[in-house]
Amino acid sequence: MARTSRSDYSGWQVVIGLETHAQLSTASKIFSGASTAFGAEPNTQASVVDLALPGVLPVLNRGAVERAIRFGLAVGATIAPRSVFARKNYFYPDLPKGYQISQYEIPVVQGGSLACIVEGKGFEPYAKTVRLTRAHLEEDAGKSLHEDYSGMSGIDLNRAGTPLLEIVTEPDIQVDDIEQAASEAVAYARALHSLVTWLGICDGNMQEGSFRCDANVSVRRPGAPLGTRCEIKNLNSFRFMHQAIVHEARRQVDLIEAGDRVVQETRLYDPDRDETRSMRSKEDAMDYRYFPDPDLLPLEIDAAWIERVRAGLPELPAAMRARFVSSLGLSDYDAGLLTGDAATARYFEDVVAALPCGQAKLAANWVNGDVSAALNAAGMAMAGCPVTAAQLAGLLARVADGTINQKTAKEVFAVLWSGEAASADAVIDSRGLRQISDAGALVAIVDAVLAANPKSVEEFRAGKEKAFNSLVGQVMKQSRGKANPQQVNDILREKLAG
Amino acid sequence: MSLCKEDVQRIAHLARLAITDDEARRTLAQLNDIFGMIERMRAVDTEGIEPMSHPLDGAQRLRADAVTDIPDRERNLANAPARQDGLFLVPRVIE
Amino acid sequence: MSDALHQLPLAELAKRLAARELSAVELARHFLGRMERHRGLNAFLDVRPEVTLAQAQAADDRRARGEAGALLGIPIAHKDIFVTRDFASTAASRMLEGYMSPFDATVVDRLAKAGMVTLGKVNCDEFAMGSSNENSAYGPVLNPWDAAAVPGGSSGGSSAAVAARIAPVATATDTGGSIREPAAFCGITGTKPTYGRPSRWGMIAFASSLDTAGLMTVSAEDAAWVLSAMCGFDPNDSTSVDRPDEDFARDLAWPVQGLRIGVPKEFFAPGLQPDVERAVRAALETYRSMGATLVDISLPNAELGIPVYYVVAPAECSSNLSRFDGVRYGHRAKDHGDLADMIKRSRAEGFGPEPKRRILIGTYVLSHGYYDAYYIKAQQVRRLIANEFQQAFTQCDVIAGPVTTSVAFGFGEKAADPVSMYMSDLYTIPGSLAGVPSVSIPCGFGDGANASRPVGLQLMANYFDEARLLGVAHQYQLATDWHRRVPAAFAA
Repeated sequence: MARTSRSDYSGWQVVIGLETHAQLSTASKIFSGASTAFGAEPNTQASVVDLALPGVLPVLNRGAVERAIRFGLAVGATIAPRSVFARKNYFYPDLPKGYQISQYEIPVVQGGSLACIVEGKGFEPYAKTVRLTRAHLEEDAGKSLHEDYSGMSGIDLNRAGTPLLEIVTEPDIQVDDIEQAASEAVAYARALHSLVTWLGICDGNMQEGSFRCDANVSVRRPGAPLGTRCEIKNLNSFRFMHQAIVHEARRQVDLIEAGDRVVQETRLYDPDRDETRSMRSKEDAMDYRYFPDPDLLPLEIDAAWIERVRAGLPELPAAMRARFVSSLGLSDYDAGLLTGDAATARYFEDVVAALPCGQAKLAANWVNGDVSAALNAAGMAMAGCPVTAAQLAGLLARVADGTINQKTAKEVFAVLWSGEAASADAVIDSRGLRQISDAGALVAIVDAVLAANPKSVEEFRAGKEKAFNSLVGQVMKQSRGKANPQQVNDILREKLAG
Repeated sequence: MSLCKEDVQRIAHLARLAITDDEARRTLAQLNDIFGMIERMRAVDTEGIEPMSHPLDGAQRLRADAVTDIPDRERNLANAPARQDGLFLVPRVIE
Repeated sequence: MSDALHQLPLAELAKRLAARELSAVELARHFLGRMERHRGLNAFLDVRPEVTLAQAQAADDRRARGEAGALLGIPIAHKDIFVTRDFASTAASRMLEGYMSPFDATVVDRLAKAGMVTLGKVNCDEFAMGSSNENSAYGPVLNPWDAAAVPGGSSGGSSAAVAARIAPVATATDTGGSIREPAAFCGITGTKPTYGRPSRWGMIAFASSLDTAGLMTVSAEDAAWVLSAMCGFDPNDSTSVDRPDEDFARDLAWPVQGLRIGVPKEFFAPGLQPDVERAVRAALETYRSMGATLVDISLPNAELGIPVYYVVAPAECSSNLSRFDGVRYGHRAKDHGDLADMIKRSRAEGFGPEPKRRILIGTYVLSHGYYDAYYIKAQQVRRLIANEFQQAFTQCDVIAGPVTTSVAFGFGEKAADPVSMYMSDLYTIPGSLAGVPSVSIPCGFGDGANASRPVGLQLMANYFDEARLLGVAHQYQLATDWHRRVPAAFAA
C-alpha cells in the first residue's frame, strides 16, 4: 500500500452502518448446556452439541432470548411475537455444523434507535440518534489457532455456541468530514457498549471479543447515490475503530480519485500498520443458502413475558441522566459522564445517598474528577475502585461540614486509596488534619503573615490583586493547609481594609 | 429448466464435494431427470398457502440457562483424524 | 424347545423370562447364534457378543433384584442410524467407519433402561437414503424371502433381521417410507409413529423435519409393547412432543366393528401392480367382514409427495451432512492439498453416490435464485398434502392402502435410475410429509415369479392416534396369519 494519500478529502461524504456482535452474558451456551466462561483449556467447554457430533440437536437457552428482549425494550424496538431461526450454510473449520444457526428473515428485535453524544476535534459536542434495523440471536463460531502444530492449525471450539446478539444499524451516519464520520461511529459504538453493559446482557470486554464491531463504510459525493461499501472487521477498540474508518474512507476516496473503483469486500483492520487489507475472500460468501432450521420451531414471545422483562429493566442511562440534571441540579455534561457506565452511576448514587442533601454537585465533581483520574492512572475500572462509595461519602461529608478543605481532602483520598485507613475520619484524626476554623488562631497567623510580608501588603494596597493571593497562600502554608480558605479570605480582607 | 455441467460443478463446489468432469457429466443426466420429476410440483397453485417447514405447528420449547454439561474432552475428541494438545488439527488456515 | 424361541411373540418371551424359565443370557445367546448362522444376509454391521452378553447378564441381575418389566431381557437390534456408545455408529457410510459415539441415542437409552439387550447394529442405506439397501457402503442386505430381491430400504437390515427371526425386534427410522417399505418387502410389521413422538436425539440426521424413529416387529402387538417404552418426551430434542408417556397396547382389544376405513382412490391408480392390489383389496375385504366400513376418500395432491419430498429432504440433508468435513471425526482424505481441498476430497471419498446426489439436489434448491421456486413451493404443496389428510380424517378413522406399487424388486433393477427408485415411496411419502403415524402389516404375497415376495398393507391414522392404529392392525393379525409366516430357510 504505497499509495500516497491526499491531504484534502473535502467534497466527499462518508456513509457508515454498523454491525455489532455482543456476546450475551448467559452461564450456558445458546443451544447447549456447556459453560460460556472465557479462557478454559481448548475444547473443554465444547459439548457434543457444540462439536456437532452425529445425532445432536440444539435446544434454545431462555436466558439468551430474555437478554435480547431486554435489549429490544431498552432501544424502543418491536419484540417480534414470532421469530425464526435459520441456517446460514458455509464451510469453515471453526464452524462445526457447516452452518451457523442465526435469524434471517424474521429477527427477534426489529427497529429501535440509540442516542449518543458525538465528540471530537474541530466541532462542539452534539447529540445524534442512530436508527437500528434489527438485532438477532445467533451462535458464535470457534477459533482457529495459527500457531504451528506439527505444520497444521489447531481448532478450539470452546467459543462455538456462545450466544450473540447481532445489532445492525441503518446507514444513518452520513457526514461530509471523514474524521467526524468516524467520531459518530465511535460515539454510537460507545453508547451501545455502555447500554449493553448497563443492561447486564454483555460484559463488554472488547479484548476478549465479547463486543465486536464491524463497520460498513462507503463514500460518495454529497447527494449522489450510495457508493460501494466495504465491511471492516477486527475493530477491537474504539481507538482502532476510529483509525480504521478514517483509513478506509481515505482509501476509497483515493481509489475513486485515481479512476479506480471500490470493490465490495470484507477488509481486516491491522492496527500495527494502520491499514485495512482485503481478507482472503470467503468463497461463495454470497450464497449462504439460508432456510428455516428444521430442528427449531418458531420462537414465540408472548406479551406477558415482554412485560415481565420490562418490569425488571433498570433505569436506563438517558432517563437517569435527565433525572440527575432535573432533580440533582447537575450539568448535562456531568450527568452524561456519570451515566457513561452502570458501575459509575451506581457508585455516584451510593455516594449521594450517604451525603446530606444538596451535596450532589460535590459528589459529581469528585466522582468525575479525582476518582476517575485515579482509576485512569491505575488502569482500573470502577468495579475495582479501592475507595468504596461509603468511604468517599464519609470524606465528602467532612468537606461539606468544613472539617477539612478540598486540598486536605485530596490528601485523605490518597490515603484511603492506598488502603492504609478505613475511613476519612480515621485519617483526619490520626494525622491532625482538622481544618482550623478557630478565628483566634487564624487571626494570629494572619497577623504574623502580614507582619512578615510588608511588600505584598503594600502592593495590594496599590491595587495589585495578585498580592492578595500570595498572602492567602502564605497563611495556608503557615497553617499547613488546615486553615479554612474562606475564613482566611475574610480575615485578610478585613485586616487589609482596616 | 435443465442444468448444465457448469451448474453441477458450481453446486459441487458450494457443497464442497470434489467432482471430476466425468462424474459431473454423469451426475448431470441424473439431476436433470430428477428435476424433470420435480417440475410437476411447480404447476400447483399455492397462492396464499403458508409454507409448512415442520409437521408440528407449535412454538419452540426453551431450556433454562444453566450449565448442565461438563464435556469429556478425551471422549469427545477420540474420533478426531488429527489432534494435539486438546485441539483438532487441520491443514494451515490462512486468513 | 429353545430352537423355537425366535418364533415366540414378545409376550411369551416376557412371560418365560418373568417365570425364570428363561434367562436373558440364554435368550441373547440364542439370537447371537442365529446371527452367526445367517451372516450371509449381511444384516448386521457391528456385533460384539461380549457387550450383548454383558447387557443380558445385567438384565438378569436386575430381575434377580426384583425388577419386573415386560421388556427386561428382550433382545433388540438397532439401526445404524442411532448412535451407540458400545457399538460403532456408521450410518452405513465410509464417512463414519469405526465411529464411536460418546453418547447413546435417546431411543437406545430408553429401551436399555427398560431392560432391552442390544444384539448389534443393523445395516441400512447410507445415511438412511435409499429404498433398497443397495446404498450401504458395507454391501446390500438380502431379503430373507428371496435372496434375489432387495429387502427394501433404508431400514433393510432391520426388516431382514426381524423377518429372518435373527432379532425379535429392531429399531428403524422412516423419513419417506424407510420403515414401511422394507417391512412390506420383508413381510413383517413396521411402525412409524407420529413425528415428534420419539426423540431424534442421537439419530444421525437425514431430513430433520421428516426423520422419525420407529420399529420393525413381527406383530402389531409386539410393536405396541416396545413403542410404549421407546417414545416419550425428551428435553434434548426441542421438537420432541411434550406429552405424558403412553401405553400403546391399550387399544389392542378394541374391535373394528364400526371402524371407518378411508380408501384413497389415488393409491389404486395405474402403476399399482395387480398382485399387490389383489392382496390389499383382500385385506380390506377382511376388515369389512369384521365389521369395518370402507369409505372412498381422495388425497388429490398425494402424488405430488415425491417431487415435494425430493426438494425438502435433499435440502435438509445437504445442510445436515455439512458437518462431515473431516475435521472433528469421520473420514479424512489421505492425499490432499490445502484446507478446502482436504474438506472436498474427504467428502467426495467418504460419501457414496446417493448422499452425494441428494446433497447436490439440496444445495441447488436452496441456492440463490431457486429457493422460492423450489423450496418454498415444496413447503406450500407440503401443507396442501397435510391439509388433505386432515380433511380425510373427518371422514374416516384410519386410511388404508398399499405400501408400495410392487413387491420387492430385484437387485440392480432400479439402481441405475434414481427416479424409478424414488417412485418406490409413492404411497409412503405423503404420510411422512404430513407427519402422521402409519404402519405396514403383511397381507399376502405376489403372483407368479413373485409368489415368495410379501405384500404390505399400509394403515395411517391421525396425529397421536398410534394406540388405535396398532389396535386396528392387531385385529387384522388376530384374523390372519401372514405376520406369522417365516421364510423357510429361517424357520428352524
